Amino acid sequence: MLTNRSKVVVDKQMSFVEKLYLPAIIGGLFITFKHFFRKKTTIKYPEVKRELSSVYRGQHVLKRDEQGRENCTACGLCAVACPAEAITMTAAERKPGEEKLYREEKYASVYEINMLRCIFCGLCEEACPKEAIFLTDRIVASDFERGGFIYGKDKLVEPVDNDKRIDLSGRLQAHRKLNS
Amino acid sequence: MATEKIRKNTVVEEGVEKQYTTLNLGPTHPATHGIFQNILKMDGEIIISAEPTIGYIHRAFEKLAERRPFYQITPITDRMNYCSSPINNMGWHMTVEKLLGLEMPKRVDYMRVIIMELARISDHIVCNSVIGVDSGALTGFVYMFQEREKIYEIYEEICGARLTTNIGRIGGFERDFNEKAWAKIHKFLKEFPDVLKEFENLLVRNRIFMDRTIDCGPITAEDALSYSFTGPNLRAAGVDYDVRVMNPYSSYEEFDFMIPVGTQGDTYDRFMVRQQEMWESLSIIHQAIDKLNKLEDKTTFHADVPEFYLPPKDEVYNTMEGLIWHFKIIMGETDIPKGEVYHCVEGGNGELGFYLVSDGGRTPYRLHLRRPCFIYYQAYPEMIKGSFLSDAILTMSSMNVIAGELDA
Ligand code: SF4
Ligand code: SF4
Repeated sequence: MLTNRSKVVVDKQMSFVEKLYLPAIIGGLFITFKHFFRKKTTIKYPEVKRELSSVYRGQHVLKRDEQGRENCTACGLCAVACPAEAITMTAAERKPGEEKLYREEKYASVYEINMLRCIFCGLCEEACPKEAIFLTDRIVASDFERGGFIYGKDKLVEPVDNDKRIDLSGRLQAHRKLNS
Repeated sequence: MATEKIRKNTVVEEGVEKQYTTLNLGPTHPATHGIFQNILKMDGEIIISAEPTIGYIHRAFEKLAERRPFYQITPITDRMNYCSSPINNMGWHMTVEKLLGLEMPKRVDYMRVIIMELARISDHIVCNSVIGVDSGALTGFVYMFQEREKIYEIYEEICGARLTTNIGRIGGFERDFNEKAWAKIHKFLKEFPDVLKEFENLLVRNRIFMDRTIDCGPITAEDALSYSFTGPNLRAAGVDYDVRVMNPYSSYEEFDFMIPVGTQGDTYDRFMVRQQEMWESLSIIHQAIDKLNKLEDKTTFHADVPEFYLPPKDEVYNTMEGLIWHFKIIMGETDIPKGEVYHCVEGGNGELGFYLVSDGGRTPYRLHLRRPCFIYYQAYPEMIKGSFLSDAILTMSSMNVIAGELDA
C-alpha cells in the first residue's frame, strides 16, 4: 500500500439470496419496468431540435458591420491560428466606390474554409482582431462530393439584408463577459 | 498450398492431429469498440495466442505537435482519449504552464478540478456501461448514457463543443462558467447519484454479471506493475497508485477522497473500482464547489499572464499592448524558455503524461505523450491467453483501451 487512503471495494462472496439467480433477475426487470413510465429523454430530431448553447462551435460566418460592409480585412491571422490549416484567402485592395462593400482598405477577395479539414476548434474566432469570423450554432450540412465542402465567400459571408443576418447576440454577450 | 499451411500449424498430440484456427478479430469489429486488430490462434473457443496490431488510426500527434505553436496542440490532445478529452486538454495546459513557470489562481484550479472530475465520470460511464453491454446487459448502458449527455451539455455550455472540447487555455479558461453551466452542473450533481445507484442495483450484485466477470482477464499486481499499468486497471489489481494523491496537481492535495482498490485485477474488480471512483469524483466536485464558494475571488478565470493568455478584445482594439500581445500569441512568437518538463495527470484510464522538450522555439522541440492505453494493450495478449473469445472482448472493454489514445 502506497497511501493510507486505499479502500477495498470488491466483495466477491455471494450471499445465499444472491446465489439464487431469480432475485437479481426480478429486481432488474423491475427497474426496467419502472422506466416505462418515465418521461422520454429522446427528442424527435429533425422535427424537434435541441437548443444548442450560445457558444456552440458550428459552421462559420463572416460578419458584416451595421452598414453591411464586410468586416474581414484579410489579415490572415485566422489562417495562422488554424491548427487544421483549413483556411485560405486571397487579399485584394479596395477600389474607390467599393466603400459600401468592405470596411477596410484591404479585403479578402477569396476566402475559403475547407469544412472537411476544419475541426471546429474555434481558434480562428479567437484570433480574429476584426470580429469578422465567428462560429455559429449551425451544423455543416453533408454533401455528396468533397468539393462541396470547400465553403467560399458565397456560403460564409452573411446576407446583407438586415432580417437575414445571423444573430450572434448570445455569443457576443458570452465573449464580452469573458472580456470584462 | 493452403493445406500445407495448416499442416505447419498443427500439433500432433497422442496420435490425433490437432488443428488451430486463425481468427482475425478486427480491425473493424463491432465488439472491439474501435480500430483494434488481433490475430488470434484459436483452439475451438479457447485463445492460444494473440497477436495485436497497432497503428490503424495513428495520426502522428507527436510529430504534428513539433510544428504547432503550443496553443494549437490542445485540439490535438482532444483526439487521444476522446471519452475524457477535457483531462487531456488540461493536462497539456498544465504541462505548458509548468514549463513557463506560471502559477494558477486557486479559482482556476478548482474550476479545472470540476471539469476534470466530470470528464472522469463520463469516461467511467462509457467504460462501465460498455462492460455491461459486452456481458449482455444493454439496459444499464442506455440509462447511463443519458447522464453522459448531461456532462456533454455542461462542456457545451462552457466551451461550445461536446466531444472534442478544446476546453480551457494555457493560463486558465477561455470564459467563466455562466449561470446556465452552473445550473447544469448542479442538476447533474442532483440527478446522477440516483442513476448511478440504479445502475449498481442492476449489475453489481447480480449473479449473472458476477459469474460472467469474476476471474475474467485477471492480472496480478506484480505483472501489472511490471507492464507499468496505472489508473483504475492497476488499482483493480490492488495497488493504490493515483497520480492525484502521489503527485498532486491543480490543488488536488486539498481534496479528501479515497482510492478504491480491487484484489485480483479481473474484470469485476476493474468494474467496481471505476464504479467507486465515480462516487469519489462526485464528492470531489462537491468539495470543489464548496471551496469555490468560500473563495473571496469570484471572477478570476485565468491567470494574469499577458504574454501567454489572449487579452480581451476591447484591449486589442483600444490599446497598443493588447494588440501586440494578441498578434504575438496567435503567431506563436512569445518567448518560451528552454527546458524539459514532464507532467502527468490522472486521466480517465491511467497516468497521462506529457514529456515536453523545448528549445526556445515557437513549437515544442519534441513532445512525447505517455498514453496509458498503449501500455495496457501490450499486456492484452498475455491477459487473454487461454481464455474464451467472449472473455477477451470483455477484458478489452473493461481495460477501456481507446483506439485514439492507443495509436495517438
Ligand atoms: S474552427 Fe479551428 S479548424 Fe476550423 S477553421 Fe477555425 S481554426 Fe481552423
Ligand atoms: S477573418 Fe479575421 S482573422 Fe481572418 S483574415 Fe479576416 S480579419 Fe483577419
